Amino acid sequence: MIQILFFFFAAIAVGAAINVLVQKHVLYSALSLILMLTAVSVLFILLQADFLAVINVIVYAGAIMVLFVFVIMLLNLPEDEDGADRLRWLKFIGIPLGLFFLVLVVTTLWNLEASPGTQPQLVGSPAAIGQSLFTDFVLPFEVTSLLILIALMGAVVFAKRDL
Amino acid sequence: MIEYVTGSEFIVLMIKIFVIFGGVMGALAYLSWLERKLMARVQMRPGPTRVGPFGLLQPIADGLKFLFKEDVIPTHSNRFLFIAAPIVSLVPALLSFSVIPFGPSLQITDLSVGLLFIFAVTSLGIYGIALGGWASNSKYPLMGAIRSSAQMISYELSLTLSVVGVLMIANTLSLAELVTAQQSTWLGIIPRWNIFLQPVAFVVYLVSAVAETNRLPFDLAESEQELVAGWHTEYSSMKFAMFMLAEYANVVTVSSLATIMFFGGWTGPMFGPALLQMALPTVWFLLKVSIFIFFYVLMRATVPRFRYDQLMRFGWKVLLPLSLANIVVTSFVVAIS
Amino acid sequence: MIPIGWYLILSAILFLIGVLGFFIKRNIIALLLSVEIMLNAVNLTFVAFSLQHGKISGQIFVFFVLVVAAAEAAVGLALVIAMFRNRESLNVDRSNLLKW
Repeated sequence: MIQILFFFFAAIAVGAAINVLVQKHVLYSALSLILMLTAVSVLFILLQADFLAVINVIVYAGAIMVLFVFVIMLLNLPEDEDGADRLRWLKFIGIPLGLFFLVLVVTTLWNLEASPGTQPQLVGSPAAIGQSLFTDFVLPFEVTSLLILIALMGAVVFAKRDL
Repeated sequence: MIEYVTGSEFIVLMIKIFVIFGGVMGALAYLSWLERKLMARVQMRPGPTRVGPFGLLQPIADGLKFLFKEDVIPTHSNRFLFIAAPIVSLVPALLSFSVIPFGPSLQITDLSVGLLFIFAVTSLGIYGIALGGWASNSKYPLMGAIRSSAQMISYELSLTLSVVGVLMIANTLSLAELVTAQQSTWLGIIPRWNIFLQPVAFVVYLVSAVAETNRLPFDLAESEQELVAGWHTEYSSMKFAMFMLAEYANVVTVSSLATIMFFGGWTGPMFGPALLQMALPTVWFLLKVSIFIFFYVLMRATVPRFRYDQLMRFGWKVLLPLSLANIVVTSFVVAIS
Repeated sequence: MIPIGWYLILSAILFLIGVLGFFIKRNIIALLLSVEIMLNAVNLTFVAFSLQHGKISGQIFVFFVLVVAAAEAAVGLALVIAMFRNRESLNVDRSNLLKW
């Protein structure tokens, strides 16, 4: 049963990711990325990380992607023009190389089994995450607040019309 | 986290789903009747009276009208997004009812992160508005959609931060446990509701919830005087009905959350025979939710509208610092005691 | 029970799609979206390994990746807006004034 769920949502994630590349208008790419984010969130739930799954949806799909969609809608971009440039042949080299890399990775990882013996129990509850985040990782946590402040100031400065 | 439901539990779950969602959809239809009647009485006129006694069949007539009306899709609109936007708006609005406890065992599922789940699906509902405005390819919807989505993401911050105080007191994110934490009483009479412990958070939550659902006095994005009808200008018949249903569903969701977090959910005085006692929690819950819905509708009928810059300034400069201060004070009190 | 290798393969596929998108696409916003795909694939790997070793620190690290992704998306989009105001096009190939 859990395998069916895994394959279903993995297929959605991969399909949506490929759709991000294939679409000509960048708004459709952003919407496919939102679909991929929700599929990956369901995979997080299958991996016993339920708090992280919901946080992924709230932060990534609900805030970062809203930012992307706003910028795309306000800039009112036309569809990507078809140009010669350097990318025709890049596609013909890139995709076969990528597939070769993929075959390499898959054959390496295919035989990786679950850890021998019993799998250690992990509950990704908010209590466990909070316990670890505020005792072992409290310094990086405080530094990220500084990081967000700097990003905020940087975004305001860059987007101003006249400095 | 994942549990498998088989056999008779599955049938019970299916019955619960049908009952809850059927009831919710019926309630949404009659919420439109309630709104029209109540607003009419405030404005000293009778409201719908012709269709059935007291106009009670008016939502059914409206539903039939929506089904049979011509479905107009503008020529230069983005067809796929135009049709998808009402669905993207309605599905998250209905999905949040799957974790709301209507009674001690009348809850479809009790997620351990139930409260965050509701906030997650609410933030996904913003896309319905943004895409609906964009896909209509016309200036009023686009302006209305951008303003409305910006307003919603701004007030989402103070909405989620205002409930952190309640979470610190109850130590859990699951909605069923939030309700059962408020079951006892102080001095035998005063119920242990969070409204007495977190009054500031309640006020901030209520104001943010009104702004989050785009209701008066925060509905500049869909007001008639400024923007024709905002992001749903170009929509007709069933798609418009879906947008309206989504808005009412959001209203019922935030009202239910307000009762669960601040007013004890389904707790209330128990009396009477055993059969009555089985139904009494749900009655208390629905009563409290109806009080909030009345409050919403009455506010729509009486209060004037905020201007957009006043709205954004209020959200960022007043509500957000207030909710942060509430978190700081609450954490001090919880840590000391 | 799902072997951990399947999650890693899925994450590798997603990362690869992100890398391909980064090479192929010309629109700057599409490049930023490909970077987000890559970051998500890395998140999936972290959570998978966190389950396998039974430690919560994998999930904590996903938090930090999320924060960095948010900061980078905000600043990146601000730069995109500034670029768009300057030259009216989001094609990366048009931003080649420094080319010799």
